[in-house]
Amino acid sequence: MLVEEQIVEQLSQPVVRVEGLRKVYSLGDSEVIALAGIDLEIRAGEFIAVMGPSGSGKSTFMQITGLLDNPTDGHYYFEGTDVSRLDGDARADIRSRRLGFVFQAYNLLPRTSALENVELPMVYAGVPAAERARIAHEKMGIVGVAHLAQHHPNQMSGGQQQRVAIARSLVNNPGLILADEPTGALDTKTSEDVMRIFRELNEQQGITIMLVTHEPDIAAHAKRIVTFRDGHVVSDHDKTEVAA
Amino acid sequence: MSDFTGIFRLALQALIRNKVRSMLTMLGIVIGVAAVIVTVAIGSGARVSVQQSINSLGSNLIVVQPGSVTSTGARGGFGTASTLTPADGMAIAQLPGVSAVSPAVTIRTQIVAGDNNWQTTVTGVAPTYSFIRSWPMASGSFFTQNDVNDAAKVAVLGQTDVSELFPNGQNPVGQTILIKGVPFTVVGTLTALGQSSLGTDQDDTVLIPYTSAMQRITGQTTVSQLMVSATTGDEIAPVQTEVTTLLEQRHAIAAGRPDDFQVRNLQSIAAAASSTGAVMEFLLAGVAAVSLIVGGIGIMNIMMVSVTERTREIGLRMSVGARSATILRQFLTEATVLAACGGVIGVIAGFIGTFIVAALAKWPTQIPIAWVLFSIAFSALVGIFFGYYPAKKAAGLNPIEALRFE
Repeated sequence: MLVEEQIVEQLSQPVVRVEGLRKVYSLGDSEVIALAGIDLEIRAGEFIAVMGPSGSGKSTFMQITGLLDNPTDGHYYFEGTDVSRLDGDARADIRSRRLGFVFQAYNLLPRTSALENVELPMVYAGVPAAERARIAHEKMGIVGVAHLAQHHPNQMSGGQQQRVAIARSLVNNPGLILADEPTGALDTKTSEDVMRIFRELNEQQGITIMLVTHEPDIAAHAKRIVTFRDGHVVSDHDKTEVAA
Repeated sequence: MSDFTGIFRLALQALIRNKVRSMLTMLGIVIGVAAVIVTVAIGSGARVSVQQSINSLGSNLIVVQPGSVTSTGARGGFGTASTLTPADGMAIAQLPGVSAVSPAVTIRTQIVAGDNNWQTTVTGVAPTYSFIRSWPMASGSFFTQNDVNDAAKVAVLGQTDVSELFPNGQNPVGQTILIKGVPFTVVGTLTALGQSSLGTDQDDTVLIPYTSAMQRITGQTTVSQLMVSATTGDEIAPVQTEVTTLLEQRHAIAAGRPDDFQVRNLQSIAAAASSTGAVMEFLLAGVAAVSLIVGGIGIMNIMMVSVTERTREIGLRMSVGARSATILRQFLTEATVLAACGGVIGVIAGFIGTFIVAALAKWPTQIPIAWVLFSIAFSALVGIFFGYYPAKKAAGLNPIEALRFE
């Protein structure tokens, strides 16, 4: 294979590719099949919403995609590498370098300034202090919370806290941002603001985003909507393809 | 993350976020360490003052006396045999751990100066005697080794004899006194020591070269005692053993036969001092151990609560890339920093407490720096020991469950 072809191959690698992905939880004697063999690809620059009722397996899918857990069976290739059987430390290292998380409950450290909260992933990644502050300020500027750098979480509104959390997910220039019900704790207007930030990040910075939600209104912000039910993908709808 | 200062900062931030709780958690260690410092300060102060009073009796003194003689079945007391010679003393002086040896030839006799006379104890000694007894001169000087070699007729007077023989306040130095009719020139006087612990007047004495005493007064070749000074208090016991072995060789005493001498020291006082010290140390160890363990359990308790309370935070830290070993180190560092800070504050409190005790009770105190360092180091160790289990618990959390924790 020619070097050029290898590069082309690399560039066309999907960020996420899962094959026959299964996750089975054992609850005492019985087994619960959370994922019953999923095949899915997420390409760089996509904005995908994963929908489905509770128990559909969408949260499990996000946990495995976010390398918080390993699948029971099947393969998961993250940026071209098989990561289905990595140990906890190896998964932590990839999370540290390549993934960003946004949670429903923001999960900011209490009694800690917004700036320090945004810096946190870089502390674990070993980024020098001066560099940390510079990057944190830059990312907070992108999501419009630079003026809140010295505020503590209890001095900020829910929307502001979630923006700080989004800034935190950006500091390692992730290959994929996983947003788990990011608007679940916000009112409609603030939810729209937060979703607009995700859209801008996707459209203007080309950041790949996977959104997990059960609200169709929120999912509608994404370019592609995948619906889960009983551990299976029941629909995969790409708006851009339809438009084209 | 290999960056230790980063972890240290994280731990410090977490502690500062919970100031009141951190202070309360430290309290057990603070009180424990302060108690240790105050007790050590009082204990070692007391020991130093006991040591000083022992030293005033003659530092590290060992006395060798002749044994008893048995005539027709009746055994005389110690000192009745005539077996010790100045040569024995010189041999003892060569032993390691011995700083000085002086023979002592004791004569109870009448002394005369001009119109005055006085019954006193004349002791023939070596110039090392003033060092062995830590007995400084009041005037003139002690006689020299040359005086000993020449069996010179020179004498040093104790203050009682000065006042009895020279009641009008003349300077005794240069005057002549008669000891058993032999004229001796006074070359110096000793400072007043006062009564001994046994009630005898230590100043009621005349010191002359032991050679002069033997050749000019007793006419004997043996001495009443050998006074031996060990270099340090710790050397007393080994020196006693060595002296015994040496004299058994020199006196050709077969194994199993009774010695013709006896080696003694200020055992009773030394033993009292060391048993006081031992009791004190035992007490200290108890106080230290109990309070530091209680403090450590306090830290463990709070850390457990803290880990539970911060479950979500731990989940978040893990999801943004903290390895479990990093979480372990962070919580362990928190516990250690807490305990070590407690130790430092405890030492400060201990210093203040010691100062108050010294000021109010007029008690001699002394804070050994080794104990200060030991207390802080031990506190940190307590932190590591009692912080390990909670830290392990935090590190073992599953990030998914931790993130969901309400």
